[in-house]
Amino acid sequence: MKAVVLIKQVPDTTDVRIDRETNTLIREGVPSIINPFDMYAIEEGLRIVEAAGDGSVTVMSMGPPQVEDALREALSLGVDDAVLLSDRAFAGSDTWSTSYTLAAGIRKLDDYDIVLCGKQAIDGDTAQVGPGVAQFLGVPQVTYARNIVVEDGAATVERMLEDGYDVVRVPLPAVVTVVKDINEPRLPSLKGKMKAKKAEITVWSSDDLTVDEGELGLDGSPTRVVRVFAPEEREGGTIFEGEVADTVEQLTAELVPILKGEG
Amino acid sequence: MGHVSSIEVLEDRCVGCTLCVKACLYDAIEMVDGVAVIKDNCTLCGACVEPCKFDAIILRKEHREEEGVDIGDFKGVWVVAEQRNGEVHDVSYELLGRGRDLANARGAALGAVLLGSKLGDAAGALIEHGADVVYVVDDPALEHYLDEPYANAVAALIQKHKPEIVLTGATAVGRSLIPRVAIQVRAGLTADCTALDIDDEKGLLLQTRPAFGGNIMATIVCPNHRPQMATVRHKVMTALEPDPAREGEIVLEKLPTKLFETKTEFVEFVKDATSTINIADADIIVSGGRGLGGPENFEMLKSLADAVGGAVGASRAAVDAGWIPYSHQVGQTGKTVQPKLYIACGISGAVQHLAGMQSSDVIVAINKDPDAPIFKMATYGVVGDVFEVVPALTKKLAAEFS
Amino acid sequence: MNYFLTEEQEMLRELCAQIAREKILPVRAEYDESGEFPWDVVKVMAESDIYGVYIPEEYGGFGGGVMEMCIATEELSKVCGGIALAFAASALGAYPILLFGSDEQKKKYLPDIAAGKKLAAFALTEANAGSDAGAIETRAELDGDEYVLNGTKQWITNGGEAETYTVLARTSKGTGIRGMSCLIVEKDTPGFTFGKKEDKMGIRGSATRELVFQDCRVPRENVLGGREGTGFVIAMRTFDKSRPGVAAQAVGIAQGAFEEAAKYARHREQFGQPVGSFQAVQFMLADMATQIEAARALVYQTARSVDAGEKDIAKISAMAKVFASDVAMKVTTDAVQILGGYGYMKEYPVEKMMRDAKITQIYEGTNQIQRSIIGSAVIKESAARERNE
Repeated sequence: MKAVVLIKQVPDTTDVRIDRETNTLIREGVPSIINPFDMYAIEEGLRIVEAAGDGSVTVMSMGPPQVEDALREALSLGVDDAVLLSDRAFAGSDTWSTSYTLAAGIRKLDDYDIVLCGKQAIDGDTAQVGPGVAQFLGVPQVTYARNIVVEDGAATVERMLEDGYDVVRVPLPAVVTVVKDINEPRLPSLKGKMKAKKAEITVWSSDDLTVDEGELGLDGSPTRVVRVFAPEEREGGTIFEGEVADTVEQLTAELVPILKGEG
Repeated sequence: MGHVSSIEVLEDRCVGCTLCVKACLYDAIEMVDGVAVIKDNCTLCGACVEPCKFDAIILRKEHREEEGVDIGDFKGVWVVAEQRNGEVHDVSYELLGRGRDLANARGAALGAVLLGSKLGDAAGALIEHGADVVYVVDDPALEHYLDEPYANAVAALIQKHKPEIVLTGATAVGRSLIPRVAIQVRAGLTADCTALDIDDEKGLLLQTRPAFGGNIMATIVCPNHRPQMATVRHKVMTALEPDPAREGEIVLEKLPTKLFETKTEFVEFVKDATSTINIADADIIVSGGRGLGGPENFEMLKSLADAVGGAVGASRAAVDAGWIPYSHQVGQTGKTVQPKLYIACGISGAVQHLAGMQSSDVIVAINKDPDAPIFKMATYGVVGDVFEVVPALTKKLAAEFS
Repeated sequence: MNYFLTEEQEMLRELCAQIAREKILPVRAEYDESGEFPWDVVKVMAESDIYGVYIPEEYGGFGGGVMEMCIATEELSKVCGGIALAFAASALGAYPILLFGSDEQKKKYLPDIAAGKKLAAFALTEANAGSDAGAIETRAELDGDEYVLNGTKQWITNGGEAETYTVLARTSKGTGIRGMSCLIVEKDTPGFTFGKKEDKMGIRGSATRELVFQDCRVPRENVLGGREGTGFVIAMRTFDKSRPGVAAQAVGIAQGAFEEAAKYARHREQFGQPVGSFQAVQFMLADMATQIEAARALVYQTARSVDAGEKDIAKISAMAKVFASDVAMKVTTDAVQILGGYGYMKEYPVEKMMRDAKITQIYEGTNQIQRSIIGSAVIKESAARERNE
């Protein structure tokens, strides 16, 4: 059982803000982390291979050399191999070019049964790369998976919808994107961390992949960002403080007209 | 060869003010001998260009004309509608509402795409809500949503009719379907747009969306590829009032059945028994966060919700702690809601939560911490103990509305 | 202060800090309240290889020493001194085997302890034998190929949860520190039961129970040290190694309390400014920080000395333990004081830390015993100096 897990290194977005005066980003030492949803994908990959009794988990990411830290973190969790797709040519990729490049990387691995990734990355929040990769590879996909059972060359997956879940069965190979409900990611082990420190990470540039250079990076991206700005600030209103009886009375006075549809 | 886009710092213009360093999301600029130097992890996002008051950063973006694609050929605004059992999802109506304005601005027709089986009156409903034409693909193979058949069908229709703009709801289904379509038709796709406008100069679709967890907004265009595709979340746009007298065309599209072939098997749909009201539809939501301390305290919120006819929501902290199922989660990784009244109890107001409810008409926050961020954007705030305020409020409101 | 830890020690520290933050912090208040044993945290620590940090690689461990055991204990204790004992007390129980076990005994017991599959516990204290270890009454009488154990041990940490017990018992007639042996006793051995779980002031996330031996038969080969009569020495040498661990626990508890106090002092405003800007509070924080750093430096240096094979470690181990535990008590009390009324409320973590700190002045040799050890050592040193003049 060969599982490939796609991960993305992202800034820890809780710490990213825009300074409204200068309209610039305030990003004091924002740490880089593995996209949280991808942690669940890594865990699921490890579980699927452990359940199969035999196989390996390869983690793959596209980005600049510093992404090696994220790959080593994945290795410390027990992942077997790590591949970094890195090249100046990949810079500026939107989800189209990213999906194209990652699919090329997976194709180069040649042999895989399941491709896993988190449902979306917390910086872009698009959720497009998983399905994009599936389309480029020409394989089926299931998104928002909250449970995966792999048996006899197929995966039975529970796909989360707004009001319940679908149960679908896909033949492998397939791409599955996961949600947090699917598992509880393990913590690294000391042995894992030691191994990760010494591990060799495979790095592929555009020369190592079978790609059309025109599809890579900013040039290959159909979308362009033309403006970045701070979101409209919602103003604070009235604050009631003091004895519960008083504050509740004041609040009720404001709410009743609203609830009656007169507000 | 290959990529032509590049970024450059004009050293003679750079004064070393470091505004660009601060603006860079990826920590890709550093000062060397008082001059900005761009590192190799630059993603060419361009966030540093505007802040530079000395125009010292040049980002050259190469615009490639797609061979064989004349973007002038593409006309029309489409909404790929979502339905289950013949019931159209509200988000499709909302998109038709906005789509109407976009189509008018482009002087084009507004179309809807409807896929499925046993569709009943759904096509008619789409026309009532503003569609000029509805392209219907009705086939038993499409009875249940499956990614490959649906994506192939939509892509085929796009290739046949060449719409300029294609919109879909950013639902679980929509977000699964439309990226595959975008790849097939070689189009740009922007997810979770909060605003869609037409640019005065070039007539491009301006797609505005939040990024970095909602901490920043970005406007995106797709200059050289068609169609321009975007997804929008439920409750962001507004549907038109349905007009039963409205007239439109229904086109029954016959597509080759091999497009519907898939080895993926639909087994069953299991409804979430725990959620009785879909909170995204509620007009009033009473939400609980970490401050509630435990699952049993959500009973208290339910009493308040019942008193005013609302639904119970929760922050991620409460859901992660296992106090209430995920279907109640409001926030960036939960549901986006836009109720008339949102009462946040024991919720501090993390950005990710705010992203899911900041469009509520009236926000009430109850928290014992006067510094809780949520107070900065609440219409009314009560600084107090949730366990005292909520029961007292419930009692008073129940008396008013009994 | 930079202690120039090795890369591996830093890795260990980071991992323990991650475990403490992600797995212990969310549950510590609950375990403190219920007194339940934190098996879910044990599982995480086991899977992350923490249980084996001080055990040699040949027995499945990480190959570190007392320093590594201290680093792990300190990091875990910063978040909860009670839950940290699920690790630290197992180390105490394992040390007799590690130090005095035969190769067979080590091979039999250490791998499971290193893997966190089985916990260990050390059993010396009895109702009439606390500081006076020589007063123990539990007997182990040889009958053929077995020892028959009779007696009751009191206040044993991990009692009832551990599988492997290193028990001090009297194997020959007579009293005092001679005639004691240390035996390995496994849980579920017939005649070995547990008394009630103690309801404690602090470290409530740890299990403390009586061990009751009634004609409990233990194989002869379970004696540690190769022969009878070595029990007291085994206990003392064990404490020499484990005392830095208690000291590390105390440093961790103190650090956790200090960090809460400093954070609170920055946010809490009275008279229009943060209370941390008042000299009274700032001086308290300064003293707390200085004391913690001094304690930590003493603990680390002691641990390194022990690992380097220093022979005379009894005095420095005692010094580290007595100093760090007194610091922990002072710092946690001051932390409650700085948080004022809030510090007294269970909703805030510092009152628990104060309750947790107290035991570090009592167990593994009361601070009075520690001072006694130090006192007699320094008198001897003074005499030796004089002889050399």
